[in-house]
Amino acid sequence: MAAPSAEGSGVVRPPPLPRLVLGCAALLAVGLVAIAVGPANVPLGATVRILLSHLPGVDLTDDVPLAWQNIIWEIRLPRVLLAGVAGATLAMAGATYQGVFRNPLADPYLIGVATGASLGVTIVVVSGMDIAAYGLSLLPLAAFAGAITAVVVAYGVARAGGAASGTTLILAGVALSALLTAITAYLMLKSTTNSVTILSMVLGGFNTATWVKLAWMLPYTIPAAVVILAHGRILNVLNLDEQQARQLGVDVERTKLLLLGAASLAAAAAVSVSGTIGFVGLIVPHAVRLMWGPDNRALLPMAIVLGATFLIGADLVARMIDEPSEVPVGIITAVCGVPFFLYLLVRSRVSAH
Amino acid sequence: MTVDSKLETARAKPLVATVLEVRGLTVAYTTGKRAIVALRDVSLRLAAGELVGLVGPNGSGKTTLIRAVTKTVVPAGGEINLCGDNVTSLSQAEIARRVAVVPQEPLLPEAFTALECVLMGRTPHLKLLQNESAPDFEAARRAMARTDSGELAGRPVGQLSGGERQRVVVARALAQDTPVLLLDEPTAHLDIGHQASVLALMRALCRDEGKAVLAVVHDLTLAAAYCDRLVMLRSNGTVAAEGGASEILRPELLAAVYGAGVDVFPHPRTGSPVVAPWVEGG
Repeated sequence: MAAPSAEGSGVVRPPPLPRLVLGCAALLAVGLVAIAVGPANVPLGATVRILLSHLPGVDLTDDVPLAWQNIIWEIRLPRVLLAGVAGATLAMAGATYQGVFRNPLADPYLIGVATGASLGVTIVVVSGMDIAAYGLSLLPLAAFAGAITAVVVAYGVARAGGAASGTTLILAGVALSALLTAITAYLMLKSTTNSVTILSMVLGGFNTATWVKLAWMLPYTIPAAVVILAHGRILNVLNLDEQQARQLGVDVERTKLLLLGAASLAAAAAVSVSGTIGFVGLIVPHAVRLMWGPDNRALLPMAIVLGATFLIGADLVARMIDEPSEVPVGIITAVCGVPFFLYLLVRSRVSAH
Repeated sequence: MTVDSKLETARAKPLVATVLEVRGLTVAYTTGKRAIVALRDVSLRLAAGELVGLVGPNGSGKTTLIRAVTKTVVPAGGEINLCGDNVTSLSQAEIARRVAVVPQEPLLPEAFTALECVLMGRTPHLKLLQNESAPDFEAARRAMARTDSGELAGRPVGQLSGGERQRVVVARALAQDTPVLLLDEPTAHLDIGHQASVLALMRALCRDEGKAVLAVVHDLTLAAAYCDRLVMLRSNGTVAAEGGASEILRPELLAAVYGAGVDVFPHPRTGSPVVAPWVEGG
């Protein structure tokens, strides 16, 4: 498939830090644009002054209308940050699933994790339980319960049907997703009072972003990211088959459980605040892998940065493409992701023969 | 004086250390309701500096034996002692610091380079947050040089031939830097030249570095030429014979174990037994 390289020549991997710095610069640039652009025309200078004024000891907002300050600080900034954290989380979770399952097609959406999480949230919303206590929310935990159930079922079915085939996991995940979505839809129709909340969960989006939602998510996402980033090198070894990984000294069961738990917790937390957004976890890690190689120690941080950049950008498009109304961001990511998924599917079929 | 000197020689004489001892090992798999016994009451010893060939027909439990030693299958009975400790008391990482495996048909992630794959052999020596440092790269490069795979270092393993991958996996096992090596058909994908050089390398590792090697080899002539000793398993998972190649490679025994007619004659140059199958009417 790839061009045969001459004897002795080969891949030289450049150090990851420079591209990570460039990635962060891109993230910052896209983030600033996303904060500055919106239906209300707040000038760029005022936007920057409002942001800077939240640094301690700085106040440049004398002549800036209070409405602008609220738009930037209470609406756009939490929205951009939430999209960024969700994008980073989904990309990280996708890369982790791809490594643990040794399956290039794994994505939180495609293996049923996201729909499982959204059903978990839906059940809590419909039941009318008090969702917030002590500043924490019950929603990420309910989402996690749904997510972990889905991943266990999908993986169990794929294993029983022969784990060798990478598409079995995806087929099981997609079938499971269809069932979970059907149950969610049924609950939505039965519960007329909460149907709008549930619908926005199913469609996915950041139009209801607040600082509080960001605070709900971070206690789950950050520990999960620490665990996953610490296992970059081990995730490489898990790319071998289980037998080899064990014979190289990896406690495979424990490590898999830990990484799947962390990835599912992070993905579930993202779903609980932003709904189901597909394909971010597929596109971003793959693009990084294609461009800079498969070493997860370099791949994971880069996927996190570019996942944030991608979803902030996608959300910006979702906000602006049909102004003044909004398109659910999940539609934008699906439009980008499905052709990419089909390309990967064809390619993995080709290389399997 | 004489008594003293005798004691001295006894002390100075290097103890032939048993690094692997398998006693009464029985392993059974259950598929559905049927239990299949892969190994039945198998015992063997492997000492430092020894190259032992594990031979026997397909399905006689050779791969299962390797898995049991690395605690990747749970035995139904018996005991495995690895460098002084029962394997059940060792963690997976402790086992991997004592024994390296060259698996049969190993799956390698295509996009990783050969060097990256060989470096994975350093896994049991690294802590969770530790990256490979200079000594690890040095171990990897030395291992690749010894297996004639140095020039493959930068190539993605997806682009390598079966034989090249096999050499990369042997290099990974060497980079793991363990006293015991278990090889499951290390010569399967190799041409005749590389087959001989892998086995010659194993013999050199035993002689020069005191490693203990247990290698599954299908080619009995090749096994006889390179191994110090052979252990032959039957298809029911029991030990059929154990000993020097010229003692156990007898036509009657081979006919009973393999169900095939063979002739055995000494190699005209080395005298080591050559096993040649014959086909009736052929």
